[in-house]
Amino acid sequence: MKKIIGFSAFVLVAAIGFFAISAAQPQPEAEGLEVGDTAPDFELMNIDGSMVSMAGYQAEEGHEDIKGYIVTFTCNTCPYAVAYEDRLIETHNKMAPKGWPLIAIQPNDPDVQPGDSMEEMKKRAAEKDFPFVYLMDEGQEVYPQYGANRTPHIFLLDTDRKVHYIGALDDSPRDPEGVTVNYVEEAIAAIENGGEPDPNFTKAIGCTIKTKK
Amino acid sequence: MQKLWQVCFFLAAMMVLAGCQSSGGSDSAEMEGPKPLYSTYETFDEIAPIFNKQTDTTYVINFWATWCKPCVEELPYFEQLHDKYQGEKVKIILVSLDFPNQIETKLIPFLEERQLGPEIALLLDDDINSWGDQVDPEWGGAIPITLVYDADKRTFHGTQFASFEELESMVQEVL
Repeated sequence: MKKIIGFSAFVLVAAIGFFAISAAQPQPEAEGLEVGDTAPDFELMNIDGSMVSMAGYQAEEGHEDIKGYIVTFTCNTCPYAVAYEDRLIETHNKMAPKGWPLIAIQPNDPDVQPGDSMEEMKKRAAEKDFPFVYLMDEGQEVYPQYGANRTPHIFLLDTDRKVHYIGALDDSPRDPEGVTVNYVEEAIAAIENGGEPDPNFTKAIGCTIKTKK
Repeated sequence: MQKLWQVCFFLAAMMVLAGCQSSGGSDSAEMEGPKPLYSTYETFDEIAPIFNKQTDTTYVINFWATWCKPCVEELPYFEQLHDKYQGEKVKIILVSLDFPNQIETKLIPFLEERQLGPEIALLLDDDINSWGDQVDPEWGGAIPITLVYDADKRTFHGTQFASFEELESMVQEVL
């Protein structure tokens, strides 16, 4: 009997210890999506005034062969996002014809970051001639569901909205000349070859998403 | 052999830069002060030791950049910490992730104007995916972040500090 009590006490202490440790060390990006999850669809306003969802995008004429989406949380004002603009354009122009269009979503609160208002988004898109849709996360409801925590932050989804890759576009944010791995293109190539991306998750330097305090 | 070329190129580049600077008529006396404005680290490996010192000093390491508004907003707290804990075994290092092409135009003027007390390190290694975990596994890559540690304890703060008191209490926990 003593033994059983002793053992139970041990289990209890071990369990408490375990919970204490797991509470003290939250998993990275525990909130939001992980690879393998199904991402929620959204319906957000594009810079041309139309409402865009993934379901609607796929239903459009000419989009029948879509295989997935490069969902990219980005903005006008973060220097890392700006450093990536030309590469996002290139990526869309290269991958959209292969069935992988880029969908850009601006997650910052324009009241906090006026440079990211719809008007400013329209201006920047016109200046750079963005070939992809550029959506406003009105009310900031979408980025938390995805677990985006910086700009730029990429989520690669298939048409069932299953998440295959989360992270950066490539391994050289500050210097486009220094890129040795384009994670997104490699991830897509892996999926198209019937495999899964490796890595399927990368860290990336970026700006925090701006919200009211 | 490739290394040799790199060294040659580097030396050549330095000479060109030096030439530009003197022709630009910049005041060289400013550059030769007792404390350099910042130290440059090309790779994370070069700076890695500061994240794992096993000494009786408490290290406060903050990642920031001049372009990062919340980072610049909290810099005064680190300045205050530096002043308050002078003479104690607390070392503050501010690791800048500024862009290489903005060092002359943004970082240097900023540092010259602010004359910050804490040490400034400029880290140019972009491949954070390979080294981010060494700072903290929890860190996704957004800045600012702050790490406080000594030989026994290590804590991580993944957002901007709301006040000096918040930063100080994090340091006090480790001290």
